[in-house]
Amino acid sequence: MTQSITTVDLTGDPRRRRKERRVRAIFLAAGLASIAISALIIVALSGEAWRFISQVDPAALFTVGWFPRRGLYDIPTLIIATVLIAGIGMLVAVPLGLGAAAYLSEYASPRARRRLKPTLEILAGIPSVVLGFWALTFISPEIVQRVFTSAKPFTMMAAGLGVGVLITPLIATVSEDAMRAVPTSLREASYGLGASRSTTVRSVVFPASLSGVVASLILALSRAMGETMIVFMAAGAVGGALRTFNPLEPGQTMTAAVASLATGSDQVAGEGLAFQSLFFVGLLLFLITLSLNSISNRLVRRYRNRY
Amino acid sequence: MSITTRSNKEATRREVDRAIRSGGGDWRPLAFQGLLLLALITSFGILVVLLTDIVTNAWPTIQARGFSFVTDGLSLNPETAGVFTGIIGSVIIASIVALLAFPIGISAAVYLEEYAPDNRRTRFVDTTVRNLAGVPSIVYGLLGLAMFVPLVRMIGLGGSTGGKNILAAGITMAALVLPIVIITSIEAIRSVPATIREAGFGVGATQWEVIRSHVMPSALPGILTGTVLTLARAFGETAPLLVIGVATGYFAPAGDASILDRLTGPYTALPVIVFSWSRQTQAAFADTLAPAAIVVLLIVLFLLNGAAIWLRNRAEKRW
Repeated sequence: MTQSITTVDLTGDPRRRRKERRVRAIFLAAGLASIAISALIIVALSGEAWRFISQVDPAALFTVGWFPRRGLYDIPTLIIATVLIAGIGMLVAVPLGLGAAAYLSEYASPRARRRLKPTLEILAGIPSVVLGFWALTFISPEIVQRVFTSAKPFTMMAAGLGVGVLITPLIATVSEDAMRAVPTSLREASYGLGASRSTTVRSVVFPASLSGVVASLILALSRAMGETMIVFMAAGAVGGALRTFNPLEPGQTMTAAVASLATGSDQVAGEGLAFQSLFFVGLLLFLITLSLNSISNRLVRRYRNRY
Repeated sequence: MSITTRSNKEATRREVDRAIRSGGGDWRPLAFQGLLLLALITSFGILVVLLTDIVTNAWPTIQARGFSFVTDGLSLNPETAGVFTGIIGSVIIASIVALLAFPIGISAAVYLEEYAPDNRRTRFVDTTVRNLAGVPSIVYGLLGLAMFVPLVRMIGLGGSTGGKNILAAGITMAALVLPIVIITSIEAIRSVPATIREAGFGVGATQWEVIRSHVMPSALPGILTGTVLTLARAFGETAPLLVIGVATGYFAPAGDASILDRLTGPYTALPVIVFSWSRQTQAAFADTLAPAAIVVLLIVLFLLNGAAIWLRNRAEKRW
């Protein structure tokens, strides 16, 4: 009467198993799409970038400025402007972002935090074209030109301040996450030793969240260097720029160089290697931000693992 | 000798007293807290100044034009120029993004979370996705220029723009947001506890059956939150569109143009209109029309963000 159960009974309906395999294959293909995109980016950029670097006169890479339509491809001009603008942005955003993060995480009441954090996230969602417009029409005339009366309407200073506004909420939200991830027991231990709240924040919470905080700063730096619209609209220098360290001069970053070449009247046809130079600059930017992001991701993983 | 000892005792007592009262008359902790608060207030203050400035400048246009500013198309005349063309463009781009990036992105997240074994290859894919999310948007513009514009031309949809049309823009934007869709979907799927899956497996369901009937219903609100935020991103991006040849000047399709002609012809998007008006030579465009376009753009984004926050609050399920 008793019937023994065999493995055939347990493996289930072959139709169900076939369907299972098909579904799995579909999901796998979707997973591979992301890899395909990164491969496409590298192929798309490096082909033309190689053509540029192999055909360009090496002397043209280190001249006095970036004027691709005249055959002058001074890469340092772009790098100096990129670092300068990102640096000004960080000078504004680091104290504001970290201060806001520490207050939200350590001092604000839970209710206030629930209201304020989404607002910060909305601030982080303001499109860069809006901040670019505002940097051009408000920051430049109302702040930069008032403080520095000699400043022109288009300056790297105005663009840098605009970039600072852009990355402040990014630093604030990511750092706040890192500070909140510090276990309460560490704070309690500090209070138990008689430390005040400010001492606890400075000597316990901050060091414990350091890797997350640093990750947020690197992420912000990468965003600042990759930001296009603010710089393109507020730093001026459409068509080209002279090499300068003066933030009160117009300047062109790597991103703005790509954007302005691409929106020129002849639409990335240009002369000589102008079209190829776009991809070389793009590849450079890709590699810089990629390395910054991987450092940041690694740091985030480290603090996630610790607590 | 004894006097010194007493004064030392006094000093010690004062020190201990001060330490116990956590600072007592010490102003430094308060100043520290004040500085942090100042940073927070400044961050929000900037937002307030920005919004006030934009709305003040936009007010004359909003008052004079009312809703017709939203329903009028591009024009060289500041009296009649509106943002309708841009809204249509942005909606089409967002639709292509939804059609391409959402199914691929959510499926990729399901694969990475539910199917993929935890090995080197999976971690490599995971790292790649996270790094892709941080690639500057303008690089995606270059990708579109080198790959998707020729692709659209190759499949015969180049139209009058030779591939620099809204189809290429939609594909480029889909590639841009794909990593973000994957990451937010992974977070949502990961928050579904293993016990829910085990319940499904326990009654003999296959992996796909567990995903469809157990994981997805629980993860869906979280995934939706992510996708709505992604749409907001697609609505606000400008730089990649500039690289792949969005129209920054005036254009108008012929009155009798077919839908295909319109889709493959010149196009613009809402944030691109802000950019192109800010560079117009006629002062009215930069002075008040561009701020008014920003107001429209921000309203769309705030609505999308509001929807996402609402979804997130609904999704916050305690297991």
